Amino acid sequence: MQNLIEIKGVRHAYQTDSGPLPVLDGLEISVPEGGFVSVVGPSGCGKSTLTRLVAGLMKPDAGEVWLHGERVKGPRATVGMAFQNPVLLEWRSILKNVLLPLEIVPTKLSKKQAEERARFLLSLVGLEGFEEKRPSELSGGMRQRASLCRALIHQPEVLILDEPFGALDAFTREDLWMTMHAVKEREPFTGVLITHDLRESIFLADQVVVLSGRPARTQYVLNVPKHGPRTLDDLYTPEAAEQLNILRHQIEIAQGRAPAEEAQP
Amino acid sequence: MTAQNTLRSVGVPIVAIILFLLFWEWLVWFHGWPTFKMAAPSDLPPAYQRHWDLFLTMGWQTLWRTVVGLLLAVIFGMILGMIMGFSRIMRDALYPLLVGFNAIPKATVVPIVALMFVGQHDFNTVLLAFMISFFPIAVSVSIGLSTLEPEYRDILRALGASQATIFWKIALPKTLPEFFGALKVAVTLAFIGTNLMEIVSPHGRGLGALFDSGRTNSDFPLMFAVLIALAFLGIVLYYVVVALEKIFAGWAERSPG
Repeated sequence: MQNLIEIKGVRHAYQTDSGPLPVLDGLEISVPEGGFVSVVGPSGCGKSTLTRLVAGLMKPDAGEVWLHGERVKGPRATVGMAFQNPVLLEWRSILKNVLLPLEIVPTKLSKKQAEERARFLLSLVGLEGFEEKRPSELSGGMRQRASLCRALIHQPEVLILDEPFGALDAFTREDLWMTMHAVKEREPFTGVLITHDLRESIFLADQVVVLSGRPARTQYVLNVPKHGPRTLDDLYTPEAAEQLNILRHQIEIAQGRAPAEEAQP
Repeated sequence: MTAQNTLRSVGVPIVAIILFLLFWEWLVWFHGWPTFKMAAPSDLPPAYQRHWDLFLTMGWQTLWRTVVGLLLAVIFGMILGMIMGFSRIMRDALYPLLVGFNAIPKATVVPIVALMFVGQHDFNTVLLAFMISFFPIAVSVSIGLSTLEPEYRDILRALGASQATIFWKIALPKTLPEFFGALKVAVTLAFIGTNLMEIVSPHGRGLGALFDSGRTNSDFPLMFAVLIALAFLGIVLYYVVVALEKIFAGWAERSPG
């Protein structure tokens, strides 16, 4: 089967005053269509660089990034992005914020259809009745929901989430996890989630990629079982505990706090 | 509620102005100052009455030249701010020049400009109003653009938007609050520019020339009357900017609490 996202042997370094700073070195990630991969790793290991590469906002020094059988050479309209900072435009209503990508990307939707779609997405994430509000009138979690709708409005093949829930409190974050599952059921997409939260990584994804410390390479891949944790209660089962343990151990290796073992089978 | 708010927003400033005039009147009366030392508010109405026609024509001259200078400052300041906001190299190159230019006292520029364009009174006055007021606009726009968070750019860039689209849809509206802040400063500066030209190099036009004629004729109440007229024009123009800000950047205002 062809993978929708294919990252092969990607290397990248930033030019700094004290010479090149390698951030990625030998990155391998593949995500099948409709799949959802979480990327975890120590702070500053190049996770955000990865999102920029997939979004076509920058080119790797070496290696290849493929989306849907095409090599990524620049920005593509088939990508949706959401960041930790929801970056909503304060001078627009929530509805107009969600519609923003359709002003850039060519669309077959009429103005009315586009608005209907935006309202549908907003209701999907529980923001019904907030369409005409300004972003400053919404809480942090609600703004993040709106940002999610904006990332999905143009029906992207790939949704890139760069720590979108990182700045939210624990309960709001869990709410949003449930929202993500509800959204994915109605609006299929292939997802890449950057996160620091191991519970979040197994809860949302079917594949967790652990990156090593800088320069990052793919250190470990955990395949989350198909049935596995999809409700909040599932996160407190022995299976989930075992997966989290494996991931925690891998993070410790990545941070250099535990000795590396033999390569994974 | 709203009626009460309107009453407050109009009533409070008016009461404050009346109190100020009363204090001024009392101050002059208490010290027994003659008009050549300081005219009292009660001396002003006769001055206005005597020269009302002059106040109208010269006030208009001052006003339109200030506004034209200000408009030029807005256009030039925004272009300069955009150049410096988008290009690091241009910012490094232009900043010292700009600061140096701004540091020159504009009173020293007046005779130079007056000699450079002899007889072009309207042009000279507009030029000075422009020169003195574009600086804050250029700086605020450049800072607004250069401090735009990269994520704002990325959400549009990831969709393949051009630099121009990013500017119109995000960078420009996001800079508007800073721009209007600078415009409020620029309004008063532009008045200073206009009047500098009118007073230092008088050519019979504008309130500055009226002020100068009050000085040569020892008509002291007239001088004070001109000052008050200038303050009045300044207030009017300032509130025009405030109204524009409400329309174009009202979103940036948050209700307190």
